[in-house]
Amino acid sequence: MNYQKIKKQVVELYRQTSCDLPKDVEFALAKSLLDEKNKNARNILETILKNIKLARKEKKPICQDTGIPLFYVQYQRKKYSHLKLKRSIKEATNIATKVIPLRPNAIDFHTGKAIGNYPIIYFKESNKTRITLLLKGGGSENVSAVYPLPNLKIGASSRGLESVEKAVLHAVYKAQGKGCPPYIIGVAVCGNIEEAAYRAKNRHLKKIDANNKIPKYAKFEKNLLKKINELGIGPLGLGGKTTALSVKFSGRYSHPASMFVGVSISCWALRRHTLKLS
Amino acid sequence: MIKLNTPIKLNEIKKLRVGDEILFSGTIFTVRDQAYNYILKHNFSAIKNGVIYHAGPIVKQEGKKIIPISAGPTTSTRFMERSIKVMHKYHVNIFIGKAGMDDSKVKQAMKNKAIYLAAVGGAGVLYAQTMKIKNIYLKELGMADAIWEIEVKNFPLIVTMDSKGHSIYHDIYLQSKKKIKKFLK
Repeated sequence: MNYQKIKKQVVELYRQTSCDLPKDVEFALAKSLLDEKNKNARNILETILKNIKLARKEKKPICQDTGIPLFYVQYQRKKYSHLKLKRSIKEATNIATKVIPLRPNAIDFHTGKAIGNYPIIYFKESNKTRITLLLKGGGSENVSAVYPLPNLKIGASSRGLESVEKAVLHAVYKAQGKGCPPYIIGVAVCGNIEEAAYRAKNRHLKKIDANNKIPKYAKFEKNLLKKINELGIGPLGLGGKTTALSVKFSGRYSHPASMFVGVSISCWALRRHTLKLS
Repeated sequence: MIKLNTPIKLNEIKKLRVGDEILFSGTIFTVRDQAYNYILKHNFSAIKNGVIYHAGPIVKQEGKKIIPISAGPTTSTRFMERSIKVMHKYHVNIFIGKAGMDDSKVKQAMKNKAIYLAAVGGAGVLYAQTMKIKNIYLKELGMADAIWEIEVKNFPLIVTMDSKGHSIYHDIYLQSKKKIKKFLK
């Protein structure tokens, strides 16, 4: 295996992910402009769309906050070495930080100094090899949350969908415009706290208009999206119809004593791309 | 579109109202998380009567120059308490960022003295094109946290908090509060 080549491809993956917004996200933003009557909302969406095109043309990062890089790697164990893939990704991260450039976002806890970029990498064995990169800024990360259910603080007295809905609505209400709406929202239920957060975030890898395979959940997602938009927070929190573009839900299993709802809120600049190796 | 140029006089500040669209030119300083702590602990006279931009840009060295590549705003709500202190210490009269600083004590400190201008979060490349880097202070804090002195030309902004206590963020918050009360019943 040519890991030098893979390293170079991952640098290009960084460039594409940070500078070229996925077409499905751009399309959803353009579509929302058609429905917006609010003057601020229209100006903001037009500015966003203009910036998306400019960043793509100039090959410059759409947003200065290139986040903490998050990699989801599926790999064929017989063809690729987990450790060598990891090393290639880490080396590519250092190169990409210099050449694209990315903002050095890893602040060492011990010294308080910015030490470059340290990616978080998840590995999964598979029958194909793909490297997916997700860039998510600190603003949207700060408004994401995990709620235990039941939860009296938010009027959620059960562990059913109606309580899940309340958790999501509460998170968006607390967020207001801080995470740069229009939001793309991932929701997941699990009895394990970090699994709920993990699965909520990896909902962002799905296409905006992908339908939930379970009809009951597809309906839930659609209704919840409608309610979120009734909050009227709007693009960048200055009012309007479009507070969120989509909601994606995953319901796994809970524990007899514990259930958590992960609510991962992405900003409008949902930056994700996949490199196919085989 | 109202054209504003630094240094901006107090009577110009007091005339502006929430919703006014601005084309901003002149000198701004990026100040955020770590730099706020520094300028409150030490003296940073360059910022007296000046303009603070809540941002941590991506910049690139090209020969002798440092060029801004992507320079959108960061979330100002992290700096509410410290901005009150900065207004008292340095008489900063304009804050630029996103999500505002909607707090009664902040609005009190801003009364007849200061305003907040909103930039669009994530419009990094568009804004970088209006900017030239003049100087860097506190370089050791790293790219995001350093104080960048920037010369801007026609930086498009909206007044979202004025010097009379009006705040778009407060209006939106109240309206969303009514809705959430219904939803969480």
